[in-house]
Amino acid sequence: MPMLSFERKYRVRGGTLLGGDLFDFWVGPFYVGFFGVTTVFFSVLGTLLIIYGAAIGPTWNLWQINIEPPDLRYGLGFAPLKEGGLWQIITICATIAFCSWALRQAEIARKLGMGLHIPVAFSVAVFAYITLVIIRPLLLGAWGHGFPYGILSHLDWVSNVGYQYLHFHYNPAHMLAITFFFTTTLALSMHGSLILAVTNPAEGEPVKTGEHENTFFRDDIGYSIGALGIHRLGLFLALSAGFWSAICILISGPFWTRGWPEWWNWWLQMPIWS
Amino acid sequence: MKSDKIKFLYCFNSLAFLTLAAILLVGCEMPPMDTAQQGYRGTGMETVTNPTIMEKIIAANQAPPSTPPLPATGPKAGAVYQNVQVLGDLSVAQFTRLMASMTQWISPEQGCGYCHNLQNLASDEVYTKVVARSMLLMTIDTNQNWQDHVGDTGVTCYTCHRGKNIPEYVWATDPGPKHVARLTPAMQNTAAESVAYSSLPFDPFTPYLDDVDDSYPIRVISDTALPTGSRKSIKEAEWTYGLMMHMSDSLGVNCTYCHNSRAFAEWEQSPYARQNAWHAIRHVRKMNKTIWDVADILPDSRKGPLGDPLKIYCMTCHQGVNKPLLGARMLENYPSLAGKTGE
Repeated sequence: MPMLSFERKYRVRGGTLLGGDLFDFWVGPFYVGFFGVTTVFFSVLGTLLIIYGAAIGPTWNLWQINIEPPDLRYGLGFAPLKEGGLWQIITICATIAFCSWALRQAEIARKLGMGLHIPVAFSVAVFAYITLVIIRPLLLGAWGHGFPYGILSHLDWVSNVGYQYLHFHYNPAHMLAITFFFTTTLALSMHGSLILAVTNPAEGEPVKTGEHENTFFRDDIGYSIGALGIHRLGLFLALSAGFWSAICILISGPFWTRGWPEWWNWWLQMPIWS
Repeated sequence: MKSDKIKFLYCFNSLAFLTLAAILLVGCEMPPMDTAQQGYRGTGMETVTNPTIMEKIIAANQAPPSTPPLPATGPKAGAVYQNVQVLGDLSVAQFTRLMASMTQWISPEQGCGYCHNLQNLASDEVYTKVVARSMLLMTIDTNQNWQDHVGDTGVTCYTCHRGKNIPEYVWATDPGPKHVARLTPAMQNTAAESVAYSSLPFDPFTPYLDDVDDSYPIRVISDTALPTGSRKSIKEAEWTYGLMMHMSDSLGVNCTYCHNSRAFAEWEQSPYARQNAWHAIRHVRKMNKTIWDVADILPDSRKGPLGDPLKIYCMTCHQGVNKPLLGARMLENYPSLAGKTGE
C-alpha cells in the first residue's frame, strides 16, 4: 500500500513494550505490534465462540442471542461449556483483547513520543468491564454474578441487578455516574458549539480564534477554562462517568446488601439532629 | 508564604477527602456475602445477604418451645365450660393447654386477666376476649382456607404476637408529619421506614391493604402498547412501588424474588413466589376486614391517629424473613388452630 509523503516521518521503529522488532510493522494503515496480534487473535476467537454459542442456542435473532454466565452453584470454578463455560472462555478472550488494545495504544503513543493519555483513558472503560465480569464476581464468590453477553439480555440483567437493591437511583455512586454522563454531554456540546461558532462567523467577518472563545465565556459566565483546560475537563468528566459507573455496581452486593434508600440513613442518623 | 498556603490547601483537601471516605465507609458493609439465585442464570435475579446482619435476624425470629400435645379424650370443653363458642370440640385438657399457650404468646405479663374477668371466665365483658375469639376464627380460617399463602406451615397467634399484646409491627392510616400551612406534602418524601426509607408515599397500606375490594388492582402497568384507556395515575404507581418496597423489606428479599423486572406484570416470567404474594395481599385484606369487624369495641389505644384500628401488613408476621419464624412448623403442635381436634 502506498504511503503519503509525510507518513514516512511517523513510521519509526521502536517504542514496543513486548516482542522487540518482531511485530514492529504496519499492515496497510494499521500498526501491528505484539499486542495487535493478540488483539486480533482473542477478539476473533471470542467472536467465533459467541457465534458458536448462538448456533447451539435457541435463536439467530440478533437481539435475542444470549451467552449466559454459569449458575451460582459453580462458584469460582469452571462450568460445563454449554452451562456457562462458554461465557467464561469468552470473558477471558474479551479481557485479553481489551487489555491488548490498550497496550497497543501505549506502544503507538511511545513510538510517537506522546503522552499515555489515550491508553489510560481507554483503560478506564476496560476497568469498568473487568469490574462487572471479574472483580465483582470474585468479591461475591461466583462467576454467575457477571452479566450475560447479549443485546437485550444484558439490559435485562442491568434492570434486575438494579432492582436487587429496591431503588437504584438512591445509589450514591450511580448518582455521581449519571451526573458525570450528563455533564460530559453538556461540556462537549458547549465546546463543540463554541468551536463551530468561531469558525463560522457572519458573512465578511474573519474566522475568530482563542481570544474570542475566552471572551465569549468570560462575558457569558464570568470565566473561561481555556483551550487546553476544556480538554482536561472533558477527559475528567468522561472518565469519571465510566469510573463511577463501575463503582456503583461494584458496591451493590459486595459492600451493600439492602435497599439503596436505606444507605442514606447515615444522613438521617447524624448526631447533629437525630 | 506561598508554601504555607500550599500546605494549608494540602491539609484542607486531605481532611475533606478523609471525611468523605469515612462517611462512605461508615455507610457500607463488607464482603463476604451470601447469595441465592432466583431466576435462570444470567438474568440477575438473585438475593445477596450479609451473614452478619442475618445472624441478628435469625436470632430475632426463633419459635418458642411448644408444650407437649394432649389427647382428645375426656369431656369436651364446650360441655364443661360456659360460653365456649369456638373451641368447644376440644377436650378440657387440650382446651386448657391452648389457653395457657395463648397467654404465653400474647399476654405473658398480664396472664389470663388480660382477656378474662377472673371472677367469671365465661363472661364476654372484657373487650379483648371478644377480639381474641374473632382472632381465633381468623387464625383457623387462615390455616384452613389460605394455604396458597401460608402453605401447610400455617400460623399461630405467636406468628404475629411474639409475646406482645399488640404485634410489634402494625399500621393505621398515617396522616403524615406536621407541615407548613398551604404546603401539600402529598403524603410522601419523608424517608419513611414503611417504604424502606424511600421518598415514596409512606402509607400505601390504606389504598391497598385495608378492607378494600379485591377488584381494585395493585398492578398499574397498562396492558396495551399505547396509552389507550388506562386511567392509572402516577400517584397510584407510587403507591404500588411503595407497597412493593414494604413487601421486599418485610420479607428480607428484593424485587427479583417475585419479578423478572424486564416484564414485571408477566406471570409466565415471574418466580413462583409471586403467586404466594398475590394470595397474601388478598389474605391480608381479608384479615384487616376481620379487625374492622371488631373495631367498635376497641379502645383508642388500639387505634391510629385517625381512629381506624391497628391493622396487619407483611411486616406483622414476616419481620424480615421470607418465611415467618424461619418456617418453624409451630402449627403441627396446635392442630386446633387449624380447626382439628385430634391432638
